[in-house]
Amino acid sequence: MDPAFSPLAGLLGGALIGLASASLLLGDGKIAGVSGILGGALFGPRAELAWRLAFLVGLPLGAWLVRRLGADPHGFAITSQPALLVAGGLLVGFGTQLGSGCTSGHGICGISRGSPRSLVATLTFLATGVLTVLVLRHWLGVA
Amino acid sequence: MQVLFAGLCGLVFSAGLAVSGMTNPAKVLGFLDVLGRWDPTLAFVMAGALAVSAAGFALSRRRRRPWLASAFAIPSRRDLDARLVGGAALFGIGWGMVGVCPGPALANLGRGSGEAVLFVGAMVAGMALHRLATRERGAVASR
Repeated sequence: MDPAFSPLAGLLGGALIGLASASLLLGDGKIAGVSGILGGALFGPRAELAWRLAFLVGLPLGAWLVRRLGADPHGFAITSQPALLVAGGLLVGFGTQLGSGCTSGHGICGISRGSPRSLVATLTFLATGVLTVLVLRHWLGVA
Repeated sequence: MQVLFAGLCGLVFSAGLAVSGMTNPAKVLGFLDVLGRWDPTLAFVMAGALAVSAAGFALSRRRRRPWLASAFAIPSRRDLDARLVGGAALFGIGWGMVGVCPGPALANLGRGSGEAVLFVGAMVAGMALHRLATRERGAVASR
């Protein structure tokens, strides 16, 4: 097991994510799916732009605030290979639009309201994610 | 008010990502790497998020409208199709390449990491590609 394993911080952070999703639904009536909100802000109707932009601007702010308060001891390590970053970004962008959601929209909001589409989507991206790491790390030895 | 509230939700959402360590791509890849030094943290994040979010969705079912808006905007589709599964599969491959999904991608924008910015650029390009592809198909279909 990885020594970085942090179940309590995971549960606490997860509860905050769940609180944000529940609040956006109960307050504004919206689904807190980040890929849907970003795609909607880029290509969706003007009338929905303001709340979407506000949510998106909150994302870098919240993480920055937690770092400032010293509550993010986890560090930051990302691949430096431009090919992986570009290919990964393209696939995440294209795939989430085609599949109507990502980890937040399908994985959290969708599953917590019992959507069969979201359950299938989540199991699918977990499976291909695990397979991709398996191939890249253990077969090809990259990343 | 509705817009401000959405911004606050984005902030809390990303605070949760940072507290739980999900803004660190290495930690996400540690979860997907089931054959390596496995880091189960992401499962605890999901559990915490689902518990709170499910309570929120249960509450919303008892309400006719949200606190600040006139109606709930909740997806109603329940059918499974190739786009859903194919999109989720592609998203998972990109997720496994870098360890970043849309929420953490945007949460990390304030970090001053060129890699994080390159990933977001590629992700937005992927979303635009999907937009273009569906438009072309729509144009062909309407001919």
